[in-house]
Amino acid sequence: MRLSGAEITIKLLEKLGIDVIAGIPGGTNLPLYDSLYNSSIKHILTRHEQGAGFIAQGIARSTGKAAVCFATSGPGATNLLTAIADAKLDSVPIVAITGQVSYDYVGTDSFQEVDAYGLTVPITKHNFLVRAAKDLFRIIPEAFQIAQEGRMGPVLIDIPKNVQTEEVEFEEWPDFNDNSIEYDIDDKVLKQAAKMINEAEKPILYIGGGISNSNSSDILYEFAKKNSIPVVSTLTGLGNFPLEDPLYLGMLGMHGERYTNVLLNEADLILAFGVRFDDRAVGNVNKFCPKAQIIHVDIDDVEIDKIRKVQVSICADVAKVMSKIIDMIEENKREAWISYIMNKKISMPAYLAEENNEFHPMNIIKAVSQLVEDDSIITTDVGQHQMWVAKTYPVKHPKTLLTSSGLGTMGFGLPAAIGAAIANPKKTVVCFSGDGSILMNIQELATLADLNLNVKIIILNNGHLGLVRQQQELFYNKHYMASRFITNPDFAAISKGFGINAYDVKEDEKPIEILKKVFASEEPCLINIPIEKFENVLPMVPPGAGISEMIGGEVI
Amino acid sequence: MSTENYVIKLIVNNHPGVMSHIVGLFSRRAFNLEGIICLGVGDGNTSQMYLLIKNDERTEQIMKQLEKLHDVLKVSLHTEEEFSIFNKLCCDLE
Repeated sequence: MRLSGAEITIKLLEKLGIDVIAGIPGGTNLPLYDSLYNSSIKHILTRHEQGAGFIAQGIARSTGKAAVCFATSGPGATNLLTAIADAKLDSVPIVAITGQVSYDYVGTDSFQEVDAYGLTVPITKHNFLVRAAKDLFRIIPEAFQIAQEGRMGPVLIDIPKNVQTEEVEFEEWPDFNDNSIEYDIDDKVLKQAAKMINEAEKPILYIGGGISNSNSSDILYEFAKKNSIPVVSTLTGLGNFPLEDPLYLGMLGMHGERYTNVLLNEADLILAFGVRFDDRAVGNVNKFCPKAQIIHVDIDDVEIDKIRKVQVSICADVAKVMSKIIDMIEENKREAWISYIMNKKISMPAYLAEENNEFHPMNIIKAVSQLVEDDSIITTDVGQHQMWVAKTYPVKHPKTLLTSSGLGTMGFGLPAAIGAAIANPKKTVVCFSGDGSILMNIQELATLADLNLNVKIIILNNGHLGLVRQQQELFYNKHYMASRFITNPDFAAISKGFGINAYDVKEDEKPIEILKKVFASEEPCLINIPIEKFENVLPMVPPGAGISEMIGGEVI
Repeated sequence: MSTENYVIKLIVNNHPGVMSHIVGLFSRRAFNLEGIICLGVGDGNTSQMYLLIKNDERTEQIMKQLEKLHDVLKVSLHTEEEFSIFNKLCCDLE
């Protein structure tokens, strides 16, 4: 066979099971696009490369499999950076393929030349600059393996235009050998961990994204129930433990409930499973769980002892660890600890909105959850609405809440929702956003109109960068500097301008009645709902404080 | 040079981007790097790299981060006495 680098790339992507690519063509990736012309792969033309990156993320986060985005050199590549960095911090497997100027021109500051390789060194799990077309046979499969093995993450492949057009004579396609990493789990350490669990009086499981990524929510449930270990979750771990179970203590951290954070600091043993002690989750790490010994299980060895030195650690797939350790732990009802927790939940109840206020964001979010199926996919942008969703929305399944947790990228929600809807055509996808966030990738409404997907966008509109305003109110003497928008656009008119049906809820209307109408249809729709401008997300742990040092949100 | 210095020896894939991966790791994670020596070995597919670091409580984390890099094939930690390469270089420069 004699094929060009571009043809080889596309064929390899097909063979690797890729059926959708989001991207934008330009000068240096035109050969790749030419090869897509006859491919079975469906291309989604976005309106900004960051949108393409987040569409790939929406596919990857909702399916657990690597997804691909394309961009041209120069501004195409730099526009992808935020989505790549976002994938790095949340361990999302995406493969970004960028065009590059021909290798002869590299280093000459030629048109649309930027060092995509150099720019992505710190924000990818690994990256490649392809120097010869024959290298693609090795690099493309390797990129997917790196993205998906161990702790998942983004990979960038920068392909100069001359490599895309270079022809290679070859006999056969490479085999994709799946040499997945085997982690040795030391029996002695397992036994020690089991002994600590059996001897603990007040253990708590602190779970995170590792549980979602290792598909271990079922074994987690069995494990926690057998020994009656209460569970707290990080933002990325939501959806992995039944909310109604008495062992469930909710989300910990900066915007966790009062009882969750207080109980954590009373624990004598923390089982940190698939977590990385992020500062938004643990607050001031020196004040985190001061009385507890810690058992840390994570697939990435680098996370062990990075933030918090622990007594016992296991670097392995958390699913495998739990399936082994479950046989070593005793059945235990832990009546004293559980009843203590029950009392704490009663004496420090969750902070709720007034029930009859239909415009309270928490009530809107709850109402939406009652209008859609359990397994619907929820995406958020970043800000107050994100925290209200995390606290209020009953996320019942893993990989159904897609939210930019580590990087906290405003503009994530809409393109991620489009990606999730592409990968899950039978599901309803809801994007909760704010009036600040939605404008950061609003151009993707055009992509949504192209595809006519069942995506509902709900803007909780307070006319502010709400979480910034909240911090200014609480910690900067109410100096509201640059957090209020002087003008606020007519979002419904904008949406209709893109060809997407929309509602602008007025203050004298009933938002929940309108939401019912919206969710009765399978068409895309945008709903702008005005909310109280000065509503805060409470309680809140001030930056730098211990997680039990919360302010606000007392229920008297 | 003080005796608290350590030398990390690396075997890495030899291509133009490797150095930026290694050096970038030290700068973005705020690790200290006192010196670097790098040479191609054998058929030129791999290079040997020596990194001079000050030993502190972050050394273990540095080693783990280096092991995690895809282009790093082998990592080992040595005392400066074992690899006096930087010392010799210092003498030559003086």
